[in-house]
Parts: sequence; C-alpha cells; structure tokens
Amino acid sequence: MNAQASVTARTSGTRRAMRFVPPVIVFAAGILAWELVVRIREIPPYVLPAPSVIVLTLIKDWAVLSQSLAATLLTTLEGFVAASIGGIALALLFNQSKWVEYSLFPYAVVLQVTPVIAIAPLLLIYLEQQTAVVVCAFIVAFFPVLSNTTLGLNSVDRNLAGLFQLYGASPPQTLRFLKLPAALPYILGGLRIAGGLSLIGAVVAEIAAGTAGAGSGLAYRIAESGYRLNIPRMFAALLLLSLAGIVIYGVLALISHLVLRRWHESALGKDN
Amino acid sequence: MVERKPSSTVEAGLTALAVSLRGVTKTYDNGVMALGPINLAIRKGEFISLLGPSGCGKSTALRLIAGLGAPSSGIVRVSRHEGGSQAGHVEQGHGIGFVFQEPTLMPWTSVRDNVRLPLRLAHVPKAEALARADAALGRVGLADFAEAFPRELSGGMKMRVSLARALVTDPDILLMDEPFAALDEITRFRLNNDLLALWRSLGKTVVFVTHSVFESVYLSQRVVVMSARPGRIQADIRIETVEPRGEEFRTSAAYSDYCRRLSAALAPSYAGQSTL
Repeated sequence: MNAQASVTARTSGTRRAMRFVPPVIVFAAGILAWELVVRIREIPPYVLPAPSVIVLTLIKDWAVLSQSLAATLLTTLEGFVAASIGGIALALLFNQSKWVEYSLFPYAVVLQVTPVIAIAPLLLIYLEQQTAVVVCAFIVAFFPVLSNTTLGLNSVDRNLAGLFQLYGASPPQTLRFLKLPAALPYILGGLRIAGGLSLIGAVVAEIAAGTAGAGSGLAYRIAESGYRLNIPRMFAALLLLSLAGIVIYGVLALISHLVLRRWHESALGKDN
Repeated sequence: MVERKPSSTVEAGLTALAVSLRGVTKTYDNGVMALGPINLAIRKGEFISLLGPSGCGKSTALRLIAGLGAPSSGIVRVSRHEGGSQAGHVEQGHGIGFVFQEPTLMPWTSVRDNVRLPLRLAHVPKAEALARADAALGRVGLADFAEAFPRELSGGMKMRVSLARALVTDPDILLMDEPFAALDEITRFRLNNDLLALWRSLGKTVVFVTHSVFESVYLSQRVVVMSARPGRIQADIRIETVEPRGEEFRTSAAYSDYCRRLSAALAPSYAGQSTL
C-alpha cells in the first residue's frame, strides 16, 4: 500500500512537472535564440536589444523604472478598488430593483463597448490627469465585476430562496446569508478579470496622457523612451508591465482559491 | 385569500386540525391550472402521504401549505402552537419544517451552520442555536459530522442534514416533498425507518409527498391519491396495521393488498397520460 501511495505521488509529481517544465524550456530556448541572433548578426541595440542588455538596462535604470512601476501600480490599484466597489454595489442595486436595472444597464454596456483609448483624451481634457487615468482604469475594469456579480446574484438556488422565504428571512439576511455567498465564486471570477483590465486601462490612459507631455507611469516611460529611441528601456519597461500583470493575476487567483477551496467545484481537485 | 390562524371555532367539533384546504385551486401565470379545486383536512399528529404521478399538483399543494405562494382561490388554514393567542409571537413559518426533494444545503458552510440557519434567521441567541443544532444533528445520527461540509457527505447523509434543519425549530408540521426520491433503495428504506421512529417519538404532523406507492403505504396512516391536470383528489385511503410497523409489515399480505388498492386508484390518472 505504501508502494502504491508513493507511485501515485510520483505520477502526480510527474504530471505537475509536465505542466511547468515545457513552458520553462520554451522560454529559455526563446531567450537563448534571441541573444544568439542579436550577437551573431550584430544587430544594434536601438533596433533590437539582446535580452542581456534589457536586464542590464533594468538594473541600471531601476531608480527611474521602479518609481514609474509604483505610479502605474497605484493607478491600477485605485482603478481596481473603484471598479470592485462600484461594480458590486451597482449589481446589488440592480438586484434590489428591476427598474434601476432596466434604466441603467444599457449605459453600462455603452461604457463597456466604447474603446477606452478613444475616451481617454476626452477625460484628460475634463479631469485632472491623475484622476483621468484612474477613471480610465475604472471604466475598463468595472463591467466584468458588474456583469459577473449580477449573474451570481441571479444564480441563487430556487429551493434555498424558498427556504429563506419560509423562515421569514428579511432582505438584509437573505443578502448576507444567501445571495452574497452564492454569488461569491462569480464575484471572484469578475475580480480576476478586472485586475488585469485595470492595468490595461491605466496603461492606455498613461499613453494618452504621455502624448500630452506629462506623467510618470511605466506606459509613459515606454512612450518617452520610444521618442528618444532608447529601445532597451522600452523593453525593460514592457517586461515590468508583463510581470506586474502576471503578479496581479496570480494574487487574485490565489485569493479566489483560498476563499473557495472548501466548497466550490472550481477550487476542488479534479479527482474529487 | 389566505388565512393563517389557529383553528377557529368552525372546527371545534372535530378533532384538532393541523392543516385544512378548502376549495383550493392554483393557476399559474401561464394559464396552466395546476391544482384543484381540492378539499383536504389533516389532523394533528397524522402521517399523511400525497401520492400521484408527476404533474398532479402534489408538490404545489405542499408549497401552498408551507406558504410558498398563495392559492388562486380557496382557503389554506394552518394551525399554530397550542394556545393560539401566541400566534403573533411566533413568526411566520416557524410552525412548519420543509424538506425539499434535493437536500438544498448551502455548500459554502458547515453542516452545523446549515442546520442552525432557521434559528439564525429568527435571531435565536448563538449559544442556544448551536446547542439546538447539535441536538437536531444527534437526532438524525449525524452528531459526528457537524464540522463537515455538505460536499463531503453522501446523498443519504445530506438528506439527514436537511431533515435535521427542518426539525431544529421544533415545528408542529413537517412537510416533505419527495425527499428520498433521488436516493438508492437501501438508503431509502433506512431513512424510511428513521423517519417513522422520529415521527413516533416527536409526534409531529407529517405531510409526505411521493410518487412511490410502496413508500406511501409503508410510511403513512393515510394516503391521498391525486390525479393530474388539474390536480384533484382521487381517493383517500387509511392504512391500518399493527403499530409500530417495521420491516415485517413490508412483507405482509396486508401491505401488498394496500399497494394493489392504491395502484388501482392511481390507474385512471395514468390512463389520462396516454397522450404523452
């Protein structure tokens, strides 16, 4: 039995390795090929910098880049928090009254389908720059929170709702003990999308603002480095943006997993 | 019109009634007439089954008794605790426990919190609610599973939790909507016996909806046979045998005789379904 257990442990370990080893090999091979091509063909760094040059630039320019990273992350966080609170609150409002939902939902859709890159310049005219950037992040990120929360609140088990009615639950009790827990997996799914989208919103707005000549976020650094043909720094800033996006997604996925692991199908192992 | 108050003087001459339906009909918004008109009187402490094919309105009748929806016409009357003057004190529905066809548990919380829910909604102090939840779990033989989550339990155990939740408010009337229909036969037999034992020791009025002739005969003192479209009462048959009944009743001649009579009473409603 012990032997059998260790065999299962080994196979599950092998399966995990299968998920992580191949992408890492692909990544390493890609980087290596890139480095070799740049060195062998002697491509100048202002055309295509080698990975080693990008890493060196990242270290050399860390003082500037880390400040920009902090600025972009702050914008993203503010947009994300605003989108989370706004999206959940609006969904709760919709859930209370069909009239409010029918009156406002079309405009939420309009806000979602209008490309934010087209709205950003207008916002920059009417709002203070930092506010405009946060509003952009909010606009992009809030819709998935709204629609997912609405879906979750409408997915409450009909019999459980009947049970609450039978025991004379008040609307606040129904919300707290039934609707919010039932909607939680959907809300967390919405937040996971919103995290990445608020970064995108922040970047779009920074680029729009950057052309106006102000700002200090990572996207602004990319635009600025582009004008100055400082291509290695463009790549370094891009690398930081990618890493920030991955970390945001990872943190939100982890939170979702920790919250749901005891009961929701999505967080349970496949063999359960 | 719905009246929910203690049995009035109208019934004073009769044995105390737990539930009475008079001329009750239910028509859904889409115009489908699901029920009636039906008249039904259920005595206190009685174990009664509503038996019929799917779509005969037996679940609708049960939901009307529970107050989950209002009848289109007629009167549903449900009695409260002894000493009806306290009726205002007892909040709506607390005299009723309901067990659905599915366990209908909240998957996000423990078995104990699931059972505690009705008390929590009624603002019962936490310590008392926890003690009563544990007592109810003990009554259905799940004292050791209070910390478990519903997904960690088998189908039969989930149904027991659902039963414990229905019992936790100590209701006078227990309404059960095909509670064991989705379980395997072995589990169902065991839960049938447990339910009978609970009914004998607690003396509650039980209204049990089922589409199984055998289950209804085994469990109930009285079986009401219903026919479909619209749901009407076809027959009202009393099951008389030596109490307490046990496994030997299941194999007795009297048992199979009752089963035959009930199947015969059901036959017309099946004949009406030949168009399906």
